Amino acid sequence: MITKQVRRIRGAAVIAAVCAVLAACGGGASSGGSGAGLSGPVVIDGSSTVAPLSSAAGELFQAENPGVNVTVGTSGTGGGFQKFCNGETDISDASRPIKDQERAACQSKNITFEELQVANDALTVVVNKQNTWANCLTVQQLKAIWDPSSQVKTWNQVDPSFPNEPLKLFGPGADSGTFDYFTEVINGKAGSSRTDYSPSENDNVIVQGVEGSKGAMGYFGFTYFEENQSRLKAIQINNGAGCVAPSAQAVQNGSYTPLARPLLIYVSDAALKKPQVVAFTEFYLAQNDKIVNAAKFVPMTPEQKQKATDALAALKRKAGA
Amino acid sequence: MTATTIDPVSPGPNSGRQARRELTKSSLRVGERIIEVLLAGAAGLSVLVTIGIVLALVIPLFTFFANVNPIEFLTGTTWTASFGDKFSWAKDWGVLPLVTATFMATGIALLVAIPLGLGIAMFLSEYAGPRLRKVVKPVLELLAGIPTVVYGFLAVAAITPFLQPLLGIPNIYNLLVAGIVMGFMIIPTVASLSEDAMSAVPQALRQGSFALGANRRITTLRVVFPAALSGIIAAIVLGLSRAVGETMILAVAGGNLAQLTGDPREEAQTMTAFIAQIASGDAPQGSPVYYSLFAVGALLFAITLIINVISIRLVRKYRQAY
Repeated sequence: MITKQVRRIRGAAVIAAVCAVLAACGGGASSGGSGAGLSGPVVIDGSSTVAPLSSAAGELFQAENPGVNVTVGTSGTGGGFQKFCNGETDISDASRPIKDQERAACQSKNITFEELQVANDALTVVVNKQNTWANCLTVQQLKAIWDPSSQVKTWNQVDPSFPNEPLKLFGPGADSGTFDYFTEVINGKAGSSRTDYSPSENDNVIVQGVEGSKGAMGYFGFTYFEENQSRLKAIQINNGAGCVAPSAQAVQNGSYTPLARPLLIYVSDAALKKPQVVAFTEFYLAQNDKIVNAAKFVPMTPEQKQKATDALAALKRKAGA
Repeated sequence: MTATTIDPVSPGPNSGRQARRELTKSSLRVGERIIEVLLAGAAGLSVLVTIGIVLALVIPLFTFFANVNPIEFLTGTTWTASFGDKFSWAKDWGVLPLVTATFMATGIALLVAIPLGLGIAMFLSEYAGPRLRKVVKPVLELLAGIPTVVYGFLAVAAITPFLQPLLGIPNIYNLLVAGIVMGFMIIPTVASLSEDAMSAVPQALRQGSFALGANRRITTLRVVFPAALSGIIAAIVLGLSRAVGETMILAVAGGNLAQLTGDPREEAQTMTAFIAQIASGDAPQGSPVYYSLFAVGALLFAITLIINVISIRLVRKYRQAY
């Protein structure tokens, strides 16, 4: 399948990046991992948006710790939390903060955890390459399209200057944190969306769908857009202060609102009993710049980084005690 | 076995009775008994598995239909099972969009597979020489060995992009191409079994037809085809059942949007594609969408069962013994 191929290519790119990073390090000073002797699995599941980042972290980490086996699943943020709160995974990838119900589910199984930010994302609205009319949409227009009560079927219903082209909508399924985040900031309530669109937990299916249908629109994390720039067109977002295209800079300076968001990982306290999970989590933050670059994500700002490092320090104290 | 007393070449006056006694005796032997039990166990296991599947499908149905009106389920035209609050039953549970999508894709597949499959069968059985048949038939049956996910990939990656501008297909995921590709998938089933049925028609019928002055076309269509009809119907029904239950092609190429549409160029989720989507995602056990999997699965089971019952009736009705 195409998606498999893309994955493999991305894997190759990450490995290439790993080699570059290691060469740059010169194999000298210790770079975050606590060195030899670590072994065992680090089980990660959750958001498909965060997965490429965790995979990159995993591959870089395994290059230094060949005994450790990092696996990254993509069940969606919600699906990931279900497994996490069932004690099946060590780390949960999330593209939105944990919900109260999920927190309660974790509590009922005596699973305690810590939230760490690992990167930023620009949730990107994409259209077909042949779409010459839409370059910038306002938040109101997006709401008009995606609202549960939306009756919009063609592009000229979005804006009279657009052609009478049928609108084909693709988006993440209800298990996705991207879906929750998008519906919350655009429609005003997490999970409230029109339902007559084509849902998939696999972002590559959305890429393929938007690429193959002239009047299509879809949304997903910035990384998937960057990877598929030649196949798709990103829409600029106007939240009242002019049109802003999704970019690392626009996310960091806060101008890409409301679709800029933090990407998170959740580490369970039980998992921190395992030395390989502690080492991996430290590595994830200490080598964050390299990981973020390798996987082409939007880096954290210095303040965000400081906050994450402090949170990890607190977590380690807790685990050490 | 020491059945030395059985000598079919020179039956003596007593040998028949002796052989019979020998056979009755042998069924009392321990080794034979063990084999019998093992074989009965194998048969019993498959029956048990079938009963188990039916029970596993039926038990969760009680929960589902305690919360969803069966009439609403069978006649509703909106299906939003995978949306909204996971643990809320307040969704649209009309299964018709999934059912119509399944039948539309199956219909398209049969439109492709019946003419092509029967054409191939007639050619191989009535026109092709034995040497050509020896080559073509295995190759045709090889087509049946291609994993269906490969067909699905082929549809999305190659066939849809090619047909999109020609047929004005608006969406890369659509039932038309998925159905056509599924038709090719079931051609080997239809062609191979029909060919077997037609080859089994006694040569004397053909010779009689030729003797009466009929040419090969008339012999094929008026004599061999009707004589083999019961086998041909069985072949088509088997292809139909495979198409109804086919999952990967539709999950990959048919789309995930559950919508009631009469236009096969649109994307529409079939019953199997829905089950694949939800079962491979995370349907929490005990959630409404989890129970809906069983409702859709049971409906699919019922539909294939009805098809099989009808087909057995048809096969009996048109059976001709020679």
